[in-house]
Amino acid sequence: MRSVEGVTKENPSPFLIELQDVRKVYPVQGGEVVALNDINLKIRRGEIYGIIGLSGAGKSTLIRCINRLDSPTEGRILIDGQNVLEMNKRQLRSMRRKVSMIFQQFNLLMQQTVEKNIRYPMEIAGVPRAKISARVKELLKIVGLEDKAKVYPIQLSGGQRQRVAIARALASDPEVLLCDEATSALDPMTTQSILKLLQEINRELGITIVVITHEMAVIRQICTHVAILDGGVIAEEGSVDEVFTHTKSAAGRRLFGIVAPESEEVRLESGTPPVRLVFDGEQIPEPVVANLILKLGLPVSILSANVRSLNGKQYGQMIIELPEDPVIRKTAMDFLRQQGVAVEEVHP
Amino acid sequence: MTWDKIWPLLWQGTQDTLLMTIPSTLLAYVLGIPLGVLLVITRKDHILPHPTFNMTLGFVVNLLRSIPFIILLVMLFPVTRAVMGSAIGTVPIIFPLTVSAFPYVARMVEGSLLEVDGGVIEAAQSMGSSTFQIIRKVLLPEAMPSLVNGFAICITTILAYTAMAGAAGGDGLGKYAIAYGLNRREYTMMYAASICLVILVVLFQFLGTKVSKMIDHRRR
Repeated sequence: MRSVEGVTKENPSPFLIELQDVRKVYPVQGGEVVALNDINLKIRRGEIYGIIGLSGAGKSTLIRCINRLDSPTEGRILIDGQNVLEMNKRQLRSMRRKVSMIFQQFNLLMQQTVEKNIRYPMEIAGVPRAKISARVKELLKIVGLEDKAKVYPIQLSGGQRQRVAIARALASDPEVLLCDEATSALDPMTTQSILKLLQEINRELGITIVVITHEMAVIRQICTHVAILDGGVIAEEGSVDEVFTHTKSAAGRRLFGIVAPESEEVRLESGTPPVRLVFDGEQIPEPVVANLILKLGLPVSILSANVRSLNGKQYGQMIIELPEDPVIRKTAMDFLRQQGVAVEEVHP
Repeated sequence: MTWDKIWPLLWQGTQDTLLMTIPSTLLAYVLGIPLGVLLVITRKDHILPHPTFNMTLGFVVNLLRSIPFIILLVMLFPVTRAVMGSAIGTVPIIFPLTVSAFPYVARMVEGSLLEVDGGVIEAAQSMGSSTFQIIRKVLLPEAMPSLVNGFAICITTILAYTAMAGAAGGDGLGKYAIAYGLNRREYTMMYAASICLVILVVLFQFLGTKVSKMIDHRRR
């Protein structure tokens, strides 16, 4: 029997990682704090899955549960159909060789050279010496640091250190790469280059990547799917395009800057909700808002605008205010839709 | 006392002092490193959490450390005699010195290992390292500069103990300073022996700092 892509007989699920009813509770004096609650996630083989949330949302705890650096209080975490919560120490170690991780602070061995850092995962797995040396060369090439083998981490920039960490993470031929705020300590330019590298790794090596971040740009740039984590629960989940263009949750709106929390009350008082225009990467030849004003003669005020060019496409959003008259509003919104812009009213 | 009598005594004393200090320090490290490692890894937020064990071990180490060396030396006389064949002299004194120093060494090692960044340990765990692999390939190598610094402090402390041991059956510079200098009022001898001890301390400390800096790769 031929197997469908990513589906084998032993593991009939297309999902490489599944979190089922995961709950994590920390005991504190006089009670408990719920860090994660009712988390259900399915991550497909070969995708780049983003988990976004503000700090304190529980995203670091969540990603640490996947490779059991942390343990949930309840629930099931399946990797390739195997529940990591039922693994013994030996099984856990071999699972961790298939599920690599990179960190915000890189976490390199500071007393060892770049080469020794990359050798480490292979040495502990008992790979023969000759094989290790050849593999180190390959890995250095993948991350573009061929000339840095004998250098100590202190002599490298943040971006270069993260590249070493990525090479080290790839050394054990993993199926999954977990990225815990991997670009948060880097400047925007370096962030771009690391994100590109992650994308290449995903495409060329077929490694499934799980990204934890608080930056929307990271999600929009490389992720295929996204889950929004808010206060320990998943507020919203779906494909990045879907979630971005039709944001449903309040947490999502906050993260995308659709609703500035402090202005919510003002909008409720005025009665008519503002309107959100989303540019989701489609080519829009005309200056839409200018046309709206000129052609329909409407008084439009722009409340906020944030449009950026990513991968050569226009992404972003604009929040505008339209007159109260429902007929005029409908005309204006239809006009905008004709121009290829996604339009929706924002209900705080 | 004339200098032609003092010089040979100083030379003999220095040799005896080193003969007591160096083996005692090494033996104290043989015991102190595993204990220091255990004190660290069994902490509740470390790689092999075991709070009860950690508390018990910490208590025993503190207990041993709180007995002043000179008293421990006397208390151990029967044990030292049983183990080393004699309770006095250069070689037998290694036993009480080691017993007295290893809890101190354990605490020094503990301090050095605690300096290792938790993130690096977490990374090693995430790569599927065993506890022993983390100790041998991450904790100890990453803490090495600090461990060497600690070694210099320990060896100078033990050097000071040997001088104290000179008052109760020990040998070396300490004994000469006390026996000749203090008891026979040969103050030249006392100062000369003391200066030799100071030179040894300064030398060990200097070497320790130097080596620690040399092997530390956290500098550009």
